[in-house]
Amino acid sequence: MKKLIGLGLTYAIVQILIMTNAITGYLQATLVTICINIILAVSLNLITGFTGQFSLGHAGFMSIGAYVCALITMRVPTVYGFILGVLLGALAAALVGCLVGLPTLRLRGDYLAIATLGMSEIIRIIFLNMEITNGAAGLNGIPQFVNWTWLFTFTVGTVLVISNFIKSAHGRACISIREDEIAAEAMGINTIKYKVVSFTIGAFCAGIAGALYASYFYFLKPDLFGFLKSVDVLVIVVLGGLGSISGSILAAILLALISSYLQSFPEIRMILYSLTLIAIMIFRPQGLMGSKEISLSVFSKWASGLKSKRGRV
Amino acid sequence: MSILKVNKITKSFGGLTAVSKASLELEKGELLGLIGPNGAGKTTLFNLLTGIYVPDSGAINLFREGEEVALHGLRPHNICKAGLARTFQNIRLFKDLTVLENVRIAMNKNIKYGFIPSFFHLPSYRWEEKQSIDDSIELLKIFNLDDKKDELAKNLPYGEQRHLEIARALATNPKLLLLDEPAAGMNPAETENLTKIIGEIREEFDLTILLIEHDMSLVMKICERIYVLDHGMVIANGTPEEIRSNKRVIEAYLGEDINDA
Repeated sequence: MKKLIGLGLTYAIVQILIMTNAITGYLQATLVTICINIILAVSLNLITGFTGQFSLGHAGFMSIGAYVCALITMRVPTVYGFILGVLLGALAAALVGCLVGLPTLRLRGDYLAIATLGMSEIIRIIFLNMEITNGAAGLNGIPQFVNWTWLFTFTVGTVLVISNFIKSAHGRACISIREDEIAAEAMGINTIKYKVVSFTIGAFCAGIAGALYASYFYFLKPDLFGFLKSVDVLVIVVLGGLGSISGSILAAILLALISSYLQSFPEIRMILYSLTLIAIMIFRPQGLMGSKEISLSVFSKWASGLKSKRGRV
Repeated sequence: MSILKVNKITKSFGGLTAVSKASLELEKGELLGLIGPNGAGKTTLFNLLTGIYVPDSGAINLFREGEEVALHGLRPHNICKAGLARTFQNIRLFKDLTVLENVRIAMNKNIKYGFIPSFFHLPSYRWEEKQSIDDSIELLKIFNLDDKKDELAKNLPYGEQRHLEIARALATNPKLLLLDEPAAGMNPAETENLTKIIGEIREEFDLTILLIEHDMSLVMKICERIYVLDHGMVIANGTPEEIRSNKRVIEAYLGEDINDA
């Protein structure tokens, strides 16, 4: 219940700020980037933080969602076309995730990272050479349907579905793979199945993020989804804490704010940004949140603790 | 009535034959010991039985309710589902998870709900989750771990970690339990306690137990029959008294020149 009120308030406040033109232009773009990065980071956290599979291919899945959604909305420029585009984009990304996951998820650690990196490069090259995606020039004039309501719905939806999944028996199976793959297998967990499942769910959500990106920024080219984009997402996940969903959300917001603040120093922006990352990693090597979560119950416990103290005095 | 029949299994690593044409048979309900000098291939045999290694040749068959299941070639999780659970020599708990979570993961095979209920926490999710928590706590009570259910597994004392591993194996609802050196590193009082628990769970869960152990007093005390492994081969099997006086076993443990010395 408290969760619902919190979410409702967040939505309403931002909506009012947008309607009163307090959030415009650049700020709005930052808001969109934050939401997309939250979806990307939380879904990568499912793969890397919770299931323990080091993936460097998230930009590949994102690009599939982006291109599929763009191509559909350019042909069916209505809201229904947009919703269809997001769904089909996500499904296409999930399908590729599943097909790629089946052979590669037998690899471990660094080997898997290289394999997923290769996969996302292959996807990029395919988009670069396809007629329908207009190659290196990219797609222009994609109809813009993403507004705050859609953005909020998809972001909250993804985060809730993934955190629900983690708290289920299937989620625990994924976590047991991260903890000890041999023991998990010996306790009856089909480790290959659960790795592929977590990879597929992660890819599905990355597809959603890509579709939202395409529909808001109305311009796509393959270069946007290179190796660096995957690393950007990984940085958010590691910075927030592997295995912490609230950590990923916090880090996505923080990094977007830092990066937009640094816009005022264009020459040394990337240097300062990198220095901030290094500093955080030195002082919080486990990430901002470690593997803990912020939850509203912490606040209510804290409040009831205060009350009982007062009662004793 | 036998529950497990191992027929001439062999496993080589490069030039080394770790297990060579080993055969053994377990009767339903018995407590069987597996002993042998270091490097005899005991743990390799366990890994073959539980599917972590695939045997080069030979057959492993499990009999349950009159049905014969071939275990060789199955993946470990399917072997676990067939009713064979194990503990590990060097404890392999899910260290950063709580005691309760460790047991609940092993209970996953009772979970029937699919992925969709897990995404939206539908009623089937709620009901089955509650059931799995209740069952896990019930199991932890046997090991007096129920009041420590929210502690991280890595923070438990060593002896309790060993207990938790047995609890976790029991959570998979096995017919046959394989214990790999359960008393390793325990003091005599802890070993005593463990002996008692093994006896209790065997009664309560109607288990057949196969046990690797170096603590001879424990093996001689609780095992009804013993197999002795040396250089990957089964060199003897029989009651503790027979094993104690078996010449080949004494040779394997003390060296072959015992008469010349």
